[in-house]
Amino acid sequence: MIAIIDYDAGNICSVSNALNRLGAEWKLTSDPEEIRKASHVILPGVGHAAHVVGSLRKHGLEDVVKKLRHPVLGICAGMQIMCSSSEEGDVPCLDIFDCRVRLLEPGPGEKVPHMGWDSLHNLESKLFKEIREGEMFYFVHSYYAPLCYDTTATCRFGASRSMFSAALRYENFYGVQFHPEKSGEAGEKLLNNFLSL
Amino acid sequence: MLAKRIIPCLDVKDGRTVKGINFEGLRDVGDPVELGRRYAKEGADELVYLDISASKEGRSTFVDLVGRVAEGVNIPFTVGGGISTLQHASSLLDAGADKISINSAAVADPELISEIAKRYGSQFVVVAIDARCGEDGVWRVTTHGGSRLTERELFSWAREACDRGAGEILFTSMNHDGTGCGYPLDVYEKLGSLPIPVIASGGAGNASHIADVLAPGRADAALAASIFHYGKLTIGEVKRELARRGIPARSAM
Repeated sequence: MIAIIDYDAGNICSVSNALNRLGAEWKLTSDPEEIRKASHVILPGVGHAAHVVGSLRKHGLEDVVKKLRHPVLGICAGMQIMCSSSEEGDVPCLDIFDCRVRLLEPGPGEKVPHMGWDSLHNLESKLFKEIREGEMFYFVHSYYAPLCYDTTATCRFGASRSMFSAALRYENFYGVQFHPEKSGEAGEKLLNNFLSL
Repeated sequence: MLAKRIIPCLDVKDGRTVKGINFEGLRDVGDPVELGRRYAKEGADELVYLDISASKEGRSTFVDLVGRVAEGVNIPFTVGGGISTLQHASSLLDAGADKISINSAAVADPELISEIAKRYGSQFVVVAIDARCGEDGVWRVTTHGGSRLTERELFSWAREACDRGAGEILFTSMNHDGTGCGYPLDVYEKLGSLPIPVIASGGAGNASHIADVLAPGRADAALAASIFHYGKLTIGEVKRELARRGIPARSAM
């Protein structure tokens, strides 16, 4: 059973629909016991980081998540709140990944949010098994995690700008900036890889 | 670097797709979910579902359909057609739409753009603009499928929509729509200076037209209906033309 953490952090139906398409069993829950007992945990998140991390704390789930020992996947804002802190609302986060989330600053002719399909490089974790270098995934975000020790995939914003972390991993904790649940067959492959961990 | 997006648009009436030939292996070409899945598999980057139902019953069927699309399709999709209130937009978001597109209602009440963007974020709001170029060379906005000419000028309206929180502009030239002769490239160059993505629509007759409008400094995405539905062009052919010209595009996995 997969636990999707339920903490009022945006619409989760795209994640649950994607799991249904894969034939996976899931439960939406904010019960610490159910989350601990799940085989895999997904931390979705849509919206403002300060609000998202605030909701998690309000539900008393920060320590529950940090102490999990089975595979955890944070998606988009769910990944960002697993970093040490975020510029969005200047808020301390779960401090699982060793970096501070920053605002994307567009160069000339570049547009924020970074929205659409973009390619991933330097793929390094089991999440990307049988996914080729340069494969594209669907992104929608205005903040980013810089490259750090935990980076397991990179993406480049704009033509001339430096790279950011498209995916992060620390021990059993995985995070992706993009939306695998909206990324076609490549996204389904990645979710299946996560469920095989 | 972001890929340029190719977006098939499906017209839906009373819960059924109204255009479309019999694609090989597709049981029911009138089923919007099955057709959408087919396009996703062929490499479409997003989908647009446009509700053209005239009746109240048809419109409520559309909300149920949006739920089924969200369950069945694994790429982002936008829904549009007759959205005129925040409540209507909310019901489509709850049903699973990634974005909504508003057109005539935004012209009648520009505050609607701000209202929806403030509530659900700019990434949720596409403002569709149909405009016609007059003999005086001025592009004027039209509503109700091009049938009503307004006093609004295209570029100032696009700028206002952007300032009010639109996340994308979908522009159709009523002079070019349905001609198959290509897009007004100069207009897309001018719209390309907006700080939000622009989707080109109406006028494509072949893959080369689409590649022209997706060249640097023009549109970020191209939407098409008939040329895909009637099998004149496949998504794969468009993607290959983009690749040939060095325009970033996503190939099927």
